[in-house]
Amino acid sequence: MAIKLDKYVIDRLGLAEIIAVAKKKTVPQHKQSFWYYWGGISLFCFLVQIVTGVLLLLYYRPGPEAYESVRQITYEMHFGWLVRSVHNWSADLFLLSVFVHMFSVFFMKAYRAPREFGWWSGMALLVLGLVFGFSGYLLPMDDLAYFATKVGLEIPNSIPVVGPSIANLIRGGIEVGQFTVQRFFALHAVILPLIFLPLLGLHLWLVQKHGMAVPVSEDEKPVAARKTIPFFPNFIAKDLAMWLITMNVIALLAAVFPWQLGEPADSLKPAPVGIHPEWYFMSQFQTLKIMGRLFPGYAGEAIGMTLFTVGLLLWFLIPFYDIKGKGALRARNATYFGLMVVAILIGTTMWGYLAKN
Amino acid sequence: MTHATTDPTRDEHAVVGESPADSEEDSFSRRGFVLMAMGGMGLAYAAAIGYPIYRYLNSPVEKSVEMAMVKEVALPDADKLPKGAVLMFKFGAKPSLLIHHADDSWVALSAVCTHMGCTVAYNPATTQIECHCHGGVYDAKTGDNISGPPPRPLTKYITTIAAGSVTVKRA
Repeated sequence: MAIKLDKYVIDRLGLAEIIAVAKKKTVPQHKQSFWYYWGGISLFCFLVQIVTGVLLLLYYRPGPEAYESVRQITYEMHFGWLVRSVHNWSADLFLLSVFVHMFSVFFMKAYRAPREFGWWSGMALLVLGLVFGFSGYLLPMDDLAYFATKVGLEIPNSIPVVGPSIANLIRGGIEVGQFTVQRFFALHAVILPLIFLPLLGLHLWLVQKHGMAVPVSEDEKPVAARKTIPFFPNFIAKDLAMWLITMNVIALLAAVFPWQLGEPADSLKPAPVGIHPEWYFMSQFQTLKIMGRLFPGYAGEAIGMTLFTVGLLLWFLIPFYDIKGKGALRARNATYFGLMVVAILIGTTMWGYLAKN
Repeated sequence: MTHATTDPTRDEHAVVGESPADSEEDSFSRRGFVLMAMGGMGLAYAAAIGYPIYRYLNSPVEKSVEMAMVKEVALPDADKLPKGAVLMFKFGAKPSLLIHHADDSWVALSAVCTHMGCTVAYNPATTQIECHCHGGVYDAKTGDNISGPPPRPLTKYITTIAAGSVTVKRA
């Protein structure tokens, strides 16, 4: 055995059972195996978020001093700029890898029985990830953060009847201010992690329970013709190699493109020219803009929001209507739906960036 | 489910079975090299991550050490302190006391007890400095430890009285 673990430790901690399970576990090996790493990459980015988040917590002060404390972290504390930059870049990479992971799961049809709960818990984690991104974005309380939150809260505000009350509750007032920062901080650093971590535990447990799904092309092969590699140490070694690559990418991005801090938020200053949301909200932003042009006034927003809701619901409920049945193994309609979603997301995002000015 | 034949541990066992002496030496040097390289890389990464985190955590420490390095502190209007009274002030980061004794002498001392670091108090009734934590007593003129657990006298500063201020200097 390549790894010599002390017999004493193995014995006292009862590791033999875990090692036995890990050795018996296998991972399918085929042309699409590359996509198996994206869940692990997301997990690694999340771990980086925990470490850098705790480090930022040491100096960050929510409330009226929020901007000043982020300024201190960025410009006065040694390597504070790096910690903050890694936190930002790793958040972006987290969402990016979660999207890749989700689409690979979709196209492998890995949401089908018995993995429906893997799909749903994953979707919930994605939504939580987006709320993490939205709430964290306000915390530096610079001008970009201020307007991003102001605009973002217009979305719950547009819900009929109860919308304004909900938006006010989230905001802690009728305008974005120090109370908004304080509650976004509580959300970002306490409430979301408390919900996210058990859900992540469930998600990972389900992967252990049901194993990796294989793409349809592999599923059609006879069992004897399928290849696998041992989970331990082979797959783990490859997984860790991907983590190492991810870490280097994050470090490079954080060091070469450090995150900036804008001017302090000022409710009397107009929004900066060319202001736009983060890339992971760009598609929705642009779609609302297009809808607003097609249907002026509140109608555009209402139609846009309805489209999102219906689309998201269809996406979420796919395990119910794309079922593995006789002759329906490939179920091309679901694949076309997925391709359409990818095309719309990428198309509107690019449109958003090109039409920015 | 079949295992792919790419499992390195299996290949090695097969080779070891064929000619134990040769391959063992061969695989030792190769394995030794890989382990060394991986260990070295691991250390390099640990240092590259650990050093910024250490400096980041240590930032406020460096700041307060810098603050504590001050050589002198000017206390505006402290010359108006009445006889028998005490003024608490910060010498850098450390609490200190300035006493205007009844005989018109001025004394500035560190207020950090040399025993366990509590902040001491001047008692005008006994004209001694007392520590409420563990009962240490100091002489209010020299800073000498008189009774109780303190192992050393309080640090004494040099005071210069001028009209409008008192300057306290490190001795």
